Amino acid sequence: TSTALTIETSIPFAGHMIDTPSRSVSTTPSEILTFFRDMATMRRMELAADSLYKAKLIRGFCHLYDGQEAVSVGMEAAITKKDCIITAYRDHCIYLGRGGTMIKAFTELMGRSGGCSKGKGGSMHFYKKDSGFYGGHGIVGAQVPLGCGLAFAQKYNKEDTVTFAMYGDGAANQGQLFEALNMAALWELPAILVCENNHYGMGTAEWRAAKSPAYYKRGDYAPGLKVDGMDALAVKQACMFAKEYALKNGPIILEMDTYRYHGHSMSDPGSTYRTRDEVSGVRQERDPIERIRKLILTHDLATTAELKEVEKGIRKEVDEAIATAKESPMPEPSELFSHVYSKGYGVESFGADRKELKASLL
Amino acid sequence: KQMNVRDALNSALDEEMSADSRVFMMGEEVGEYQGAYKITKGLLDKYGPDRVVDTPITEAGFAGIGVGAAYYGLRPVVEFMTFNFSMQAIDHIINSAAKMNYMSSGEISVPIVFRGPNGAAAGVSSQHSQCYAAWFGSIPGLKVLTPYSSEDARGLLKSAIRDPDPVVFLENELLYGESFPITEEALDSSFCIPLGRAKIEREGKDVTIVAYSKMVSYSLMAAEILSKEGISAEVINLRSIRPLDRDAINVSVRKTNRLVTVEEGFPQHGVGAEICASVVEESFEYLDAPVERICGADVPMPYAANLERLAVPQIDDIVRASKRACYRSTSGSMTVSG
Repeated sequence: TSTALTIETSIPFAGHMIDTPSRSVSTTPSEILTFFRDMATMRRMELAADSLYKAKLIRGFCHLYDGQEAVSVGMEAAITKKDCIITAYRDHCIYLGRGGTMIKAFTELMGRSGGCSKGKGGSMHFYKKDSGFYGGHGIVGAQVPLGCGLAFAQKYNKEDTVTFAMYGDGAANQGQLFEALNMAALWELPAILVCENNHYGMGTAEWRAAKSPAYYKRGDYAPGLKVDGMDALAVKQACMFAKEYALKNGPIILEMDTYRYHGHSMSDPGSTYRTRDEVSGVRQERDPIERIRKLILTHDLATTAELKEVEKGIRKEVDEAIATAKESPMPEPSELFSHVYSKGYGVESFGADRKELKASLL
Repeated sequence: KQMNVRDALNSALDEEMSADSRVFMMGEEVGEYQGAYKITKGLLDKYGPDRVVDTPITEAGFAGIGVGAAYYGLRPVVEFMTFNFSMQAIDHIINSAAKMNYMSSGEISVPIVFRGPNGAAAGVSSQHSQCYAAWFGSIPGLKVLTPYSSEDARGLLKSAIRDPDPVVFLENELLYGESFPITEEALDSSFCIPLGRAKIEREGKDVTIVAYSKMVSYSLMAAEILSKEGISAEVINLRSIRPLDRDAINVSVRKTNRLVTVEEGFPQHGVGAEICASVVEESFEYLDAPVERICGADVPMPYAANLERLAVPQIDDIVRASKRACYRSTSGSMTVSG
C-alpha cells in the first residue's frame, strides 16, 4: 500500500495573480484510505452531535461540518502540527483533524469536566495548542487577524512554519479581514487565508452579501487560488502550494468551494433559503467522502465490503466515545472561578450574591 | 532626583524589551515617528523594525494581530495613539484577549499590554476626550492599570509587561510632561509595583478621597486646601482599577468615616459608583455621611474652554464635596436647564 499514485484533481485550479499548481496530485493508497476513514469519522461525529443536540444533551449554539470534511483532511495532509490553524465556531472537525479525540470533543459538547476545554468553552471553543490549534472563535471574522498574529509570531521566532486562518464566505466581507491581510502582506507574514465558501453566511446567499463573490480575488494585491473544496486531494495540493508560497512571499488566499449539508446552526433547518434539490444535488455529485470511496474502488485499494466494515467500526467508535463522554462529571462549582486569570494574585471575585458566594482567584 | 512620566514609560519599555526578546512594540507611529507622544522615542534605533512595528491606521486589525501573537507566546505591547481609538478594537480586547484563558480552561493565556493615553485631554472635543477606565474595568479577565506618578508609570508598566494576562494600561496625556521625584529603588531595572494594590499618597483622618491618574494630583491639591481649613484628608491613588483594592479603600473609610470618589469618567456606572457600592456593602455602619462622587459631567466633552472646564472635575469640586462629607458649610447648588 505504499506505491505512489498520481491522481488528477476534479477540476483545474483557478488562480489570481499566480500560476496555478499542477492538477496531478501525488498520493499513496494509505493516504487515500486515511482520508476515507478520517472524513467518515468526522461525518459520523457530526451526525451524532445532531442527535445529541436534539436530545438536549448539547446546549447553546452548535455548528456542524458535514459536507466540508475534505477541507480539514486535505489541509492536514499538506502541513505539520507545528503549523497553526485557527478557525471560527464550526470547529469540531478541525479539532479532530489536529489530533483531538472524539471523546474530548463529545465531552466538551456536553459541558463536562473531561472536555477539551473542561466544559467551559462548548461547541465553539475547542483548542489544542500542543498541535497548533488555536480555536474555536465565536465572533465572525475576528479569527483572521488573530491568525495573522500567530503568523507574525512564527516569523518573529524565525520558525519555518505557517498559519492557516479559516473563515466563511460570510466573514469574507468583514473589514478586519482586509486590515489583517494588508499588514500580513506589508510584513510578508506566513499566513494563509482559507475562505471556506459554503455559499451561505447563515441564510444569506453569497451573491446577496458580496458584490464580488470571487473570494480568491478579493485580496487585490495578494494572490489567490480557487480550489474544489470537496476534493481532498485538490485541497492537499493547494495547501502544500500555499505553504511554500507563504513562507517565501507572504499571504495567499485559498477559496475552498465547499458545501454544508446542515443548516448554519442547529436552529436553522437549512431549507428556507436553498432548495432541497440543491442540497441533494451536491450530495450526489460532489460529496467528498463518496469521491474518495469511488477512487478507492477504481484503484482497487479496498473492496466495497471492506469500506462498509470501516464505517461500521467508526459507528462503534462514535457510540463508545459518547458513552465515555456521558460518564464524565459536570465541572465542580469551584471551576466557576478558575482560569479567569492566568495569575490572579488571590484577588476576590464574586458570585451572583457576593455575600453568599465569593472566591479568591489564584 | 526627578523624572517625568514620559521618560518613566520610555525607560520601562526599554528595560523590558532589553530583558526579554519576546517583548515587542506595535502601533501607529511608534517607530520612525518616535511615537505620537514620544513614549517610544529611541526604541526603533535600539531594537530595530522587527521589534518596534509601525502599523497602518487599522486598530481592529493590529489589535487582533497582537492578541494572536500573544496566544503564540510573544509579549506584545500594543500602543493606541489614544484610547478613544481602542473602540475600533474593543472586540479583540474583550472577546479575543480577556476571555481566552477562561474559555480554554488555561490552555491559552494572553500576555499582552494595550497602552496609550486615556481620559480628558485639552481642547479636542467629544471624540478625543474620554476616560475608559469603567469600560475596561468591568471586564473579568482584564487587568486595568492607571498610573499617576513617574514611579507608578515605571513600576506598573514593567509589572504589566511581565504579567501573563491581558493588561489595559491607561496613561494620561496631560501627565506625560509632569516631573515627579523618583527614588533610586524605582530606577532599578528590577522595580515592579504589585498589581491590584492602591497607594496612600497622603495620610489623613477626617475624609478619604479616592482617585486615579490625573485626578490624584487634583485630590492632593484639594487635600492641601482642606488642611488649611482644618480638615485632614487621606488621598488614595488606586493605581489599579481591576483588580480593585477594596481592602485599602474600606480600611481608610473605617478610619475617616467619610468618602469622596474622584474620576474624569462619566458618572453613570462609573468607577466611583463601584467604590461606593463596595463601601456600602463592607463598611456601611462606619459611614458618617453619604458618599460623595466627583465625576466628569454627564455630557459629551465640549470644545469651548469654559464649557470644557465645567465638564471636567476641578480642585474646587473636590474641596466642596469633601467639606460636604464633613458637614462643613458649602454654598448652595446650581440648577440650569439644558
